[in-house]
Amino acid sequence: MTEGPGAVPTTTSVEPSAAAPLVFVARNEYHDRVAQLKAEGFEMCADLCAVDYLSHPARRLPEGVVGERFEVVVNLLSLSMKRRVRIRVQVPESDPSVPTLFDLYPGSEAMEREAYDMHGVVFTGHPDLTRILMPEDWEGHPLRKDYGVGRVPVQFKEAPGPR
Amino acid sequence: MNEDPLDPHPPQRSWSPAETSEGSQELAPAGALRLDHSVASVLRIPEGALDAGQIDVERGEDTMIINMGPQHPSTHGVLRLMLELEGETVLRTKPVVGYLHTGMEKTAEELTYVQGATNVTRMDYLSPLHNELVFSLATEALLGVQVPPRAVWIRMLMSELNRMSSHLMWMATNGMDLGSTSMMIYGFRERELVLEFFQKTTGLRMNHNYVRPGGVAADLPDGWEDDVEIICDTVLERTYEYDELLTGQPIFRERTEAVGSLSAEVAVALSATGPILRSTGVPWDLRRTMPYLAYDEVDFDVIVGTYGDNFDRYSIRLNEIRESVRIVRQVLEKMPRGDYRLQDAKVTPPPRRRIDESMEALIHHFKVFTEGFRVPEGEVYVAVESPRGELGCYLVSDGTAKPYRCHIRGPSFVNLQTLPALLRGGLIADAVAVISSVDPVMGEVDR
Repeated sequence: MTEGPGAVPTTTSVEPSAAAPLVFVARNEYHDRVAQLKAEGFEMCADLCAVDYLSHPARRLPEGVVGERFEVVVNLLSLSMKRRVRIRVQVPESDPSVPTLFDLYPGSEAMEREAYDMHGVVFTGHPDLTRILMPEDWEGHPLRKDYGVGRVPVQFKEAPGPR
Repeated sequence: MNEDPLDPHPPQRSWSPAETSEGSQELAPAGALRLDHSVASVLRIPEGALDAGQIDVERGEDTMIINMGPQHPSTHGVLRLMLELEGETVLRTKPVVGYLHTGMEKTAEELTYVQGATNVTRMDYLSPLHNELVFSLATEALLGVQVPPRAVWIRMLMSELNRMSSHLMWMATNGMDLGSTSMMIYGFRERELVLEFFQKTTGLRMNHNYVRPGGVAADLPDGWEDDVEIICDTVLERTYEYDELLTGQPIFRERTEAVGSLSAEVAVALSATGPILRSTGVPWDLRRTMPYLAYDEVDFDVIVGTYGDNFDRYSIRLNEIRESVRIVRQVLEKMPRGDYRLQDAKVTPPPRRRIDESMEALIHHFKVFTEGFRVPEGEVYVAVESPRGELGCYLVSDGTAKPYRCHIRGPSFVNLQTLPALLRGGLIADAVAVISSVDPVMGEVDR
């Protein structure tokens, strides 16, 4: 995969937590690490979403992990071991892209489309990376923190100005 | 690789094609058409494209693209499907969603944790209490507080009653989709019983804002035991009437058996949960496998199917109503006494009578409802078993009174991905039945 200029150093750390272990993984190791976890018995990708940390950059992160603007959060579920694991990947603003998990978990297709639609994170290698909730010709990514609330004129109405 | 891993294998049910005096019927059973296994079941074309000539279609001249929805009466809300057909057989499908998108996750970032429950409850409008529950559990996990036992058991009682009402609603709409209008009337009639109890307890029939961070909004009304007892007795008795009406009926079985079948591998690969996953024989129910609330203290069965077809999904939902009745009866016996919400002035409002006597109580009351409460920085993922599957909430807090990010993992949204696999190789006449058996709630899909 392509390495952006603001790439995170290759760090993987696991925080001890009985409920769901947290795995911080660098972007260039993300796909391999998820493939490894799948081989370890995490059969299902329960959830995938993105978070925009634009207005909260000073969040708590383990040592060695440099916070970037975007974060992709993946929740894997093991039906056989009855366990969960959560993976957090830092994605820089300059090159918001991560490899897709579609080849490992076909069920991540719609979730990656949603993350792309809402945050503009590109999943390279995704078979159909189009908008899923917003109209196809929509501009901007609504869940980004710099996308205003209430500053969008109401569609289908002539009245301009805030809602 | 020749075989498409996402292609459903025909189930091994006894099937006899319908014969007429003119020979076998035009509507051939599923699987008669030889499908090209190198082609996946998902149709990936732009939403605007409808001319088959512009699209790289699977089989060339004989296929056409049919647009179904979003105003189709049987697609359960504003779901739109683009179906690639050969004759009457569905080849590939593209579900198009987003017609009900109102930006609820964005709205959640503008509301305090106190107001948040009013927002999430409008997502899956058929199981509002589960939405509130998962949001409250996530908030409580971030706060690190424990709710009193009575609140836990009230939450369990309400979730199971809500599961009953949601499945009854599904029985009604599924019956209507298959042409049984009687089932529709009966399903709505029984659901009304549950909704009346909800109204008595929460003040509203839907969108209750009853389960809140810190407990529940109000205690159960006087005489609730009798009301719940009547609901249990009536609904349980009526499920056996549904058996007589539908389960044993030849037309109903012909229309559901071996229709829209799915294998366990495909269901897991597509992240399907809830009755869809269980219909393929995987005994995965979060109430049992990862217990929350007090589900490890009650006795109930996880219902699984064998073939993963429409009939299995119908049987699972019907029997889950009975299991919910079983759980509710145990809750009736074991309901503990005590507070129905946490007595922590920083999280929950003080009791009404304290406001008249105490200046501090008045201040706390005012603060909770204007500013809300601050939640320690952190992030958490909590999941509960909603009637449709794993309902998850990923909540990120930056230390203020509003969630920094509130992501809801809607089971309907994820389960919709199984539709192309369920429809592939089946007849378009069965499409409505298959959509119905997935039980999508568009409010949750689009959020």
